[in-house]
Amino acid sequence: MGEINISILLASVIAGAAPILLATLGETVTEKSGIINLSLDGSIILSAMAGFVIALKTGSVVAGFLAGAMIGGLVAATVAFFSISLKQSQVAVGFVLTLMARDLAYFIGSPYSRVQGPQVGPSPIPFLEGIPYLGEIIFRHSIPVYLSLVMIGLVWWYLYRTPYGLRLRSVGEHPEASYARGINPKRVQMLYAVCGGLLVGLAGATFSLCIKPGWGQPQGAEGTGWIALALVIFGGWNPLRAALGAYLFAFLQVMSIYFQGWVPSVPAQVFQVAPFPLMILILVIISFAQKESILRWSEDRPIVRALLKTFTGTAPRALGRQQNT
Amino acid sequence: MISQGARHVVLELQDIHRYFGTVQANRGIDLTVKPGRIHGILGENGAGKSTLMKILAGYLPMTRGRILLDGTEVRYASPNEASSLGIGMLYQDPMDFPMLSVIENFMIGQVSGVASAGETYRRKFSELVQEFDFTLRPDTPVHLLTIGERQQLEILRLLSIGARVLILDEPTTGISTTQKEILFSALKKLAAEGRSVILVSHKLEDVDALCDTVTVLQDGRVSGAMDQPFDSTTLLSMMFGAPPESSRHIHRPTSQTILRLDNVSAAGGRTGLSGCSIQVRRGEVVGLAGLEGSGQGVLLRVAAGLLRPRKGTIHLDNHNMTHQGYHAYRKAGAAFLPASRLEEGLIRGLTITEHCALQQQGRSFLVDWHEAHAGARKKIAGFQVMGSPGSVVESLSGGNQQRLLLAFLPERPRLLLLENPTRGLDLESVHWVWNHLDAYCEQGTSIVFSSSELDEILLAADRVLVFFEGRIIKDVLASRTNVMELGRALAGRV
Repeated sequence: MGEINISILLASVIAGAAPILLATLGETVTEKSGIINLSLDGSIILSAMAGFVIALKTGSVVAGFLAGAMIGGLVAATVAFFSISLKQSQVAVGFVLTLMARDLAYFIGSPYSRVQGPQVGPSPIPFLEGIPYLGEIIFRHSIPVYLSLVMIGLVWWYLYRTPYGLRLRSVGEHPEASYARGINPKRVQMLYAVCGGLLVGLAGATFSLCIKPGWGQPQGAEGTGWIALALVIFGGWNPLRAALGAYLFAFLQVMSIYFQGWVPSVPAQVFQVAPFPLMILILVIISFAQKESILRWSEDRPIVRALLKTFTGTAPRALGRQQNT
Repeated sequence: MISQGARHVVLELQDIHRYFGTVQANRGIDLTVKPGRIHGILGENGAGKSTLMKILAGYLPMTRGRILLDGTEVRYASPNEASSLGIGMLYQDPMDFPMLSVIENFMIGQVSGVASAGETYRRKFSELVQEFDFTLRPDTPVHLLTIGERQQLEILRLLSIGARVLILDEPTTGISTTQKEILFSALKKLAAEGRSVILVSHKLEDVDALCDTVTVLQDGRVSGAMDQPFDSTTLLSMMFGAPPESSRHIHRPTSQTILRLDNVSAAGGRTGLSGCSIQVRRGEVVGLAGLEGSGQGVLLRVAAGLLRPRKGTIHLDNHNMTHQGYHAYRKAGAAFLPASRLEEGLIRGLTITEHCALQQQGRSFLVDWHEAHAGARKKIAGFQVMGSPGSVVESLSGGNQQRLLLAFLPERPRLLLLENPTRGLDLESVHWVWNHLDAYCEQGTSIVFSSSELDEILLAADRVLVFFEGRIIKDVLASRTNVMELGRALAGRV
């Protein structure tokens, strides 16, 4: 009971964080372009249902993942369309959609509740899985978990190292100025809202086909979307920090299971809730690095500057704003 | 004329019209800008300068008219198309990305694709920076730059995308004298290379220092043009019809001290404030000069009770106010007018009537809308605000917002603390504001104000304090000094 196997613990953190991570990265991309997709939670549940049902019907988990991603992209496109083309509030549309998508998922999915269906098993990577400790922690997961790991680096690289990423960020900061420089902010926002939505959809399918296999009411993915939305903020709109947040959150969740065993006298709810205040504390510490004086000081120190750059972030200026271009 | 290389281009505007509803901002403007020259566009606020330039930059469509480049008519519908033709504009409010770095700002709009082009553009950028002796560094976040540095960045960017005609809209507003010199020498260099520079301004001194030729606009029409050497009386009469009087304002301060600061130090702004001791007498007007952020703003906020001093004491009317808060200062008769009108002064989203309602003294639970409406009407009429009681404040122009702020000052303050009270106003409004403020002095109010215009300080103030790096390095009667002397003090040479 008191024993912890570090390798197993870390491996379960990496696996358990996969869907939250995918959703957080997707929402980070979307918000970087200035659109808030508040429909995240409903979107995840709907795509979890769609992924499971399609995989069940076709017998192909790949088809299931594609269906999940498509649903995520579609819901995101709806939010973006209402905001960009119909000039409606992103917040209001997102809220309504999150409720609607969830109920739709329960309604359509009810015949498939607690049905045995396909799921993705682990696919250890040859040779690498043999590395002591590391192999067990990182290289014996299922493909969606590998994907979530790869996406962290990929999203960061795309946002901060490619000209396309620069355009995306410029739109989120100041759509009018980016328009003046020949960028079409509406198209960029639409594009990245959908891209983010695809990742959110994959997060849903990862739940129902991998992490918490099967469909039911509740599925067990409920609430993940809201956590992901919070993690985007905690992560300062930076994919690396957001990923760190997602892992931290998964770690605290896994630990709460251990703690329940160790200190049964403390109510289990305490451990379930603990991740949230802890996240806030960490946010406060990190925000010290954003002080202007510290930023100036770091200008001549490349290593410190690089570190700070990785761990600072503010909201895109035009986030959630209606643009007039 | 056959163009000599890609940089040289003759730009012609023919019969440009632009209407906003029933307002005719431009009505039939003709303008020819020759390569290698710095062409000034002069006119008071609302003369149609900005509209004309936005049309030229592709930011606004015109109602009617033609634009010709080297004799060929060109049509474009966006700033991007204009810049691909070589026409680039520096807007009054910088059109950049504050949270991104200098080099990122430089690259946006120039790069595309997935492959990083960072190194190429870093090299290009540092070459341009060296060419112009600017001090920009590629990795500084833009929000840490001064307005002047942001202009430098934008100029480099426009050059990098091949600007042949460079438009600058009021570029000297809010930048320091040093940066103004850097800017002017850069513009002269650009003109010497054969590019055309268009300088929009309402300041004669800028035009005088820089331009080869000037076109004056009034009421949306060209009211005159002139080549160097300029005659300011003629230019002023083209701008206003008749030259405005510019006599010194005289006040009669008494010997009674209203505000006394002893050895006050406080944090804030760029430099903070250190060891500042001043006395302001009843009915006196004190002008605070200095580069932006040298301590003037901190002093005003300390005297208004908005900032607590770290050291020293403050007396208002012989009461020790050192540890009191803003509301105590207000009660004691100090009124503060901030420079950022929409951030600290007025409340975005509320109408003029609602602002009046906020000021109602009564303790009744319901708002007296009738009174508020009447109050709004009275203020609009009394202060010549262009707007109606139902206008939300952000829909008013800068000058009208300033008039409105003045309208909301208490009727009989002991001490008025004004931060850049005439920023962005045209000459006529400046005179109007000071005539209005003079009336306060008549009834014994003391005024302390900051301004970036030395001329204004010399005209309006009885006494001038010059700030340098958070200290007062000069305290002199306005009648005993001149622009030259103050300018030297501004740069730290007493």
